[in-house]
Amino acid sequence: MSESTVKAPAAGAEVIEPGHTYATVTDQISAIVLAHQTPKSWWVGFSISLCFLMLFLYSTAYLLVTGIGIWGNNIPVAWAFDIINFVWWIGIGHAGTLISAVLLLFRQTWRTSINRFAEAMTLFAVACAGIYPLIHLGRPWLFYWLVPYPNTMGLWPQFRSPLVWDVFAVSTYATVSLLFWYVGLIPDLATLRDRAKWWPAQMTYGFLAMGWRGSATHWHRYQVAYLLLAGIATPLVVSVHSIVGLDFAASVVPGWHVTLFPPYFVAGAVFSGFAMVMTLSIMVLRMYGLHDFITPTHLSNMAKVMLATGLIVAYGYLMEVFFSWYSGNEYEWALQLNRAFGPYAWSYWMLIACNVLIPQLLWSRRVRHNVVLLFFISIIVNIGMWLERFVIIVVSLHRDFLPSAWGMYTPTFWDYAQFLGSIGLFMTLLFLFLRFLPVISIFELRELVHETSEPHAAGTPS
Amino acid sequence: MSTANLSSLPILTEAPEAVAKPRFWRSLEERAGDEEIRDYLEREFPSRLSEWDDPIGRRKFLTMMAASLGLAGAIGCSSPAELIIPHVKAPENYRPGRPLHYATAVSRGGYAQGLLVTSYEGRPTKIEGNPDHPYSLGATDAFAQASILGLYDPDRSQTTRHRGVIATWDDFTSQLADERKRLDANAGAGLRILTETVTSPTLAALLQQLRERWPSAVWHQYEPVSMDNAREGTRLAFGRNVDSLYDFSRADVVVSLDADFLLGGPASIRHARDFIARHQPQDDRSMSRLYVAESTYTITGAMADHRLPIRPERIELLARALAQRVGVAGVGEVALPADVSPRWLDVVARDLPDHRGAGIVLAGAGQPPIVHALAHAINDVCGNLGTTIELIEPVATQGESLARLTADMQAGNVETLLILGGNPVYSAPAELSFAKALDHVRLRVHLAETEDETSNLCHWHIPAAHYLETWGDLRAVDGTVSIQQPLIAPLYQGRSAIELLATLLGSKEQTPYALVQQHWRDEWERDFPSRWQESIRNGTVADSQSAKVTVSLQFDPAQHAAPATPTTADQLAIEIRPDPTIWDGRFANNGWLQELPKPLTKLTWDNVAILSDHTARQYGVKSQDVIRIRVGDRTLETPVFILPGQPDGCVSLTLGYGRERAGRVGNRLGYNANALRPATGPAFTQGTIEATGRRYTIATTQQHWSMEGRDIIRVTTPAELHASHADHHEPHPSLYSEYDYPGNAWGMVINQSACIGCNACVVACQAENNIPVVGKDQVLVNREMHWLRIDRYFDGEPDQPETYFQPMLCQHCEKAPCEVVCPVMATLHDSEGTSNMIYNRCVGTRYCSNNCPYKVRRFNFLQYTDETTPSLKLLRNPEVTVRSRGVMEKCSYCIQRINAGRIEAKKENREIRDGEVVTACQQACPTRAIVFGNLNDPNAEVRQLKQSPLNYGVLAELGTQPRTTYLTRVVNPHPDLPQSTADRHQGTPS
Repeated sequence: MSESTVKAPAAGAEVIEPGHTYATVTDQISAIVLAHQTPKSWWVGFSISLCFLMLFLYSTAYLLVTGIGIWGNNIPVAWAFDIINFVWWIGIGHAGTLISAVLLLFRQTWRTSINRFAEAMTLFAVACAGIYPLIHLGRPWLFYWLVPYPNTMGLWPQFRSPLVWDVFAVSTYATVSLLFWYVGLIPDLATLRDRAKWWPAQMTYGFLAMGWRGSATHWHRYQVAYLLLAGIATPLVVSVHSIVGLDFAASVVPGWHVTLFPPYFVAGAVFSGFAMVMTLSIMVLRMYGLHDFITPTHLSNMAKVMLATGLIVAYGYLMEVFFSWYSGNEYEWALQLNRAFGPYAWSYWMLIACNVLIPQLLWSRRVRHNVVLLFFISIIVNIGMWLERFVIIVVSLHRDFLPSAWGMYTPTFWDYAQFLGSIGLFMTLLFLFLRFLPVISIFELRELVHETSEPHAAGTPS
Repeated sequence: MSTANLSSLPILTEAPEAVAKPRFWRSLEERAGDEEIRDYLEREFPSRLSEWDDPIGRRKFLTMMAASLGLAGAIGCSSPAELIIPHVKAPENYRPGRPLHYATAVSRGGYAQGLLVTSYEGRPTKIEGNPDHPYSLGATDAFAQASILGLYDPDRSQTTRHRGVIATWDDFTSQLADERKRLDANAGAGLRILTETVTSPTLAALLQQLRERWPSAVWHQYEPVSMDNAREGTRLAFGRNVDSLYDFSRADVVVSLDADFLLGGPASIRHARDFIARHQPQDDRSMSRLYVAESTYTITGAMADHRLPIRPERIELLARALAQRVGVAGVGEVALPADVSPRWLDVVARDLPDHRGAGIVLAGAGQPPIVHALAHAINDVCGNLGTTIELIEPVATQGESLARLTADMQAGNVETLLILGGNPVYSAPAELSFAKALDHVRLRVHLAETEDETSNLCHWHIPAAHYLETWGDLRAVDGTVSIQQPLIAPLYQGRSAIELLATLLGSKEQTPYALVQQHWRDEWERDFPSRWQESIRNGTVADSQSAKVTVSLQFDPAQHAAPATPTTADQLAIEIRPDPTIWDGRFANNGWLQELPKPLTKLTWDNVAILSDHTARQYGVKSQDVIRIRVGDRTLETPVFILPGQPDGCVSLTLGYGRERAGRVGNRLGYNANALRPATGPAFTQGTIEATGRRYTIATTQQHWSMEGRDIIRVTTPAELHASHADHHEPHPSLYSEYDYPGNAWGMVINQSACIGCNACVVACQAENNIPVVGKDQVLVNREMHWLRIDRYFDGEPDQPETYFQPMLCQHCEKAPCEVVCPVMATLHDSEGTSNMIYNRCVGTRYCSNNCPYKVRRFNFLQYTDETTPSLKLLRNPEVTVRSRGVMEKCSYCIQRINAGRIEAKKENREIRDGEVVTACQQACPTRAIVFGNLNDPNAEVRQLKQSPLNYGVLAELGTQPRTTYLTRVVNPHPDLPQSTADRHQGTPS
């Protein structure tokens, strides 16, 4: 293995601290899994997450036994936390795909340090998201009726229903995300296999590495497969959340029946996804001291994406209000007034504050380079995006056409338990990922080392 | 079990004589003590004691014993036929799976409401009105609809009890036999019978027989919601007791002085039908006009063309003023109360004489007799007596009052008290201290369907038979007799009042069947066999109306001084009314009625103190604050509910709540307004209120009162109707193609001018479609399950609003938004245009509900249907799927009835006739506001109504093409009273 050393920052922004060689990169990242003492913070974080996961399991079991009446859902608000959480989680997942696929195709080198856990985050977020449409059903044990499969009843799903499109969109998305993530892991799994000293670890990583030896043929096929998957994943970034947007847009409910929804949902998804990646990057950075690989450049770039998508979302909010007024439709306009001044007005104004006003701080370079501020802004954006779904779902439903049917929605303990529990599930999976798999793509970093180093010192990463 | 243990059983070791009264095995005592069993055992085992030593004999004995006890159990259930016959000879027209309909009658305040009851395989499941009955005309009210649930109520009392311990009927009859000897000895001294209103000829005859045999016995009668004031008023007016029959179908002007004649009374169904028939826009003659002066808002007030909210004690002043203006002699000038607009009075006082002989003035049951007398006098002056108002011989037989009974009990004059029905311990006004007085009675017997508050204080509790379990007879308001026939053998050991009285008298015939037959055999003599058959079949006895009487007015108002107006400002009027869904508390354990939203407040599971907004502000209270009401030295704490249209300074309470022993459903809900009720006279008094600082959560099904200016209920006047032309909107373009309906195409029209908001349809739908009750906690989170709800909107000023009702049910949209979003096709159009739910296919995404603009879909968030209580299983309509948790449901246009009609038509190889398929809501509706039928049938009523200029679809602008459409509400304000609905409201059909 010929060594190359990262020299001066390329193109004026550091995506990896100078002085790193293939060996240092490999050592530092694989050591998180193989050598290091597991940090105390990991144990604390994992324990808390596990508690919430238990809460999730408990509330899900109670839900399955008793029925969704344990939640606060009612008529008119037949969807509430269940679908809010679904949309929220699936939105969060989007950043992972965007970072790994779209930025790969655009050859954005800064993605390398964050794409691995962004992809993992996607996967875990999709897992959390996927649970909600299942358990929110009145009779969840019949969920498979939404899937077109040949059956003796001769019945197919209703292809006009956006919920069926959802099944396709989300399951495709989950499959592609899993494949993409796993394929990306293979060379690193091989590295871990080679470095592991304990035989069960060698066996496990060896099994998962699927016989990767790092030959040129392997690399060639690998690159082709990875690019192809990136190509497949790219339209999914747009399609999945467009279809989630259509879940609402295809209805007649004021506040849902908006043609703007598909692009606006995608932008919102990327917005919230980047916020979540930001949150997690900063956590990982602090927990494992990976300052060399996750640099201020990364954070700043993510902040810029957040700012851009945040502005698109703000434009969406503005257009919703404008078209409600411009359409002259009394129900649409009543809805806007109800959002802004009705009983749930607090949620609307908090949403505006979280998603529109506070992200404007990101225009400032000083803010973009302040890790603490970025951390809080990313959390605020995540809260804001959750509130956005609350406003869209609950506030639209609770007062629609006939005032006689208007009602209020109050979440119950179980709504919160299910929500916090799903965060517990997400965090548990994430902590396990941090502990057992390379959190940053080793081989891609090595490539990066190669690309950013002096041309004459370049070698082939293995 | 060892031999030693067995041999200790007294039934096996003691002599047969001793077997009759074993020391334990209490639950078998009835069986073991049965005469037939003893004989049987005697025959089968003449020497069974000797057999005891033989092990094989013992086993055989036990086998036979078990079998015989089992058989005895079968004998223990009394059956009206007295014999158990297998269906070797089936009942007439009986075919398994096909329902049969039997005519019978239910009592409303003692008066008959004719019914046709549907029965599947011997179990009644649905109540309908009897079209041949003059006070049903095929319709029912919510109470009659819900009475079927009362039959299967698992909390009904199931056994005779003596001092709370299970006893037998034989125990009771032996005590009655002792009693009879004593009464024969002293001519019945100390015997008192307490009943509710008695119209039953058989019961009246038995009471007569009783008084003849024991002259010192006294019959008392107490109805918590009584007609006493009306009767007293009639006596004032005419000098004798007569009943008045009102013919609203001939009345052009109706003035109600606090009379809620459209809801709850024994004649209200007929009144509603007649009134609405005349209160429609008609080509040939003008629409009638209704003026209502009332305190709290009632559905009658909601139908008024001009409603005047007024404190209840001021109605008398208003009546005097009106009487004086129309020219009743002897009424002096009265100062009008401030809340009566002189203009209102002027217009009424002109409109009545303008429609001479075609007006009705009637006073509310809660108003003092003088108001009733004044109403009669006004009617007399306006020539209405004999045209719109008929006077007849009183239908009900009158007993002594409850007040006298209480006084006698207090004085120790009552030895034996038989309470035949009713629950006076709960329902007597607290002022009487009935419960305390009851202590002084030596022997207290209570016949009731549940072990209620009164049973608890009586020595004997006898379970009463439900009216669907026993024979009886009743008279309607006009005197028409109905024979009540049972639909089912008593589920428990229920007895009827006539049975109890006959037993007390030691009559030869004691079964209700024999008693009723005997009475009518005596009455009809030779005609009996044919007349009996005919009466049972028709549900009415031909020509049995009360005789008309001609009496002249003998009323001199001058002898009755005008009332003094309240002097102190802090005294509020405390008004107490029957509850619109629970009535006087007798329906407290009926879940359907508890969850039935009260027409104006849309409140369920509670009663409240209704205040006006202004009064509430004055006392610094809001809705759901608990106030303390003080009347004299009695207090009551109740939650407040602010209702538009409530007169200032008036607190309206309703009866029926605060039950302690109603059953699992009705216990400890609300408060008992009997605590404040005056013992006699008007149903209002004076008192004060104060805030307690506490809050109480009440569950309403409609929180929002305003239409928000939306085009939901359209309102017009006859004048505007003639001026305007209906326009036909172009149908909205749709991406989906139009469907073709070569066969039938079902549709519905709801006439909003006819809907009085009485709730009969809501309960009818619940009964027909096996709709579960969810409970207050679920209503609080908007999860009530009614497929059909009645939306109530207020319009105009909060102190004097107009109120509109709109029955809202699945609109069966042609382009149904719910159908396209269901991922599993669990809701679909069928080939006849109805939007159907396929329950087995539903996975419960609830998207259909979100996408339903009318929000008429209901979701089983939890397992709401009680699938475990055995008696409730009998109740269910076998033609309708019982839904489990996780399934969406909604109105199906009673598709089971469509299918039944289709099968009949196919058998006869013809089309379904118009009117052959009737939905449950349509059938129950007293005013025929709902019309259902085939839109492809050019002669169908529904099709003709769809072409009316008044017809419109709610939210049709969404392109849903609803199959249920509405007729614009037409109101008929007097031209001189400009404060009318139509002036303010946009809703012309143009």
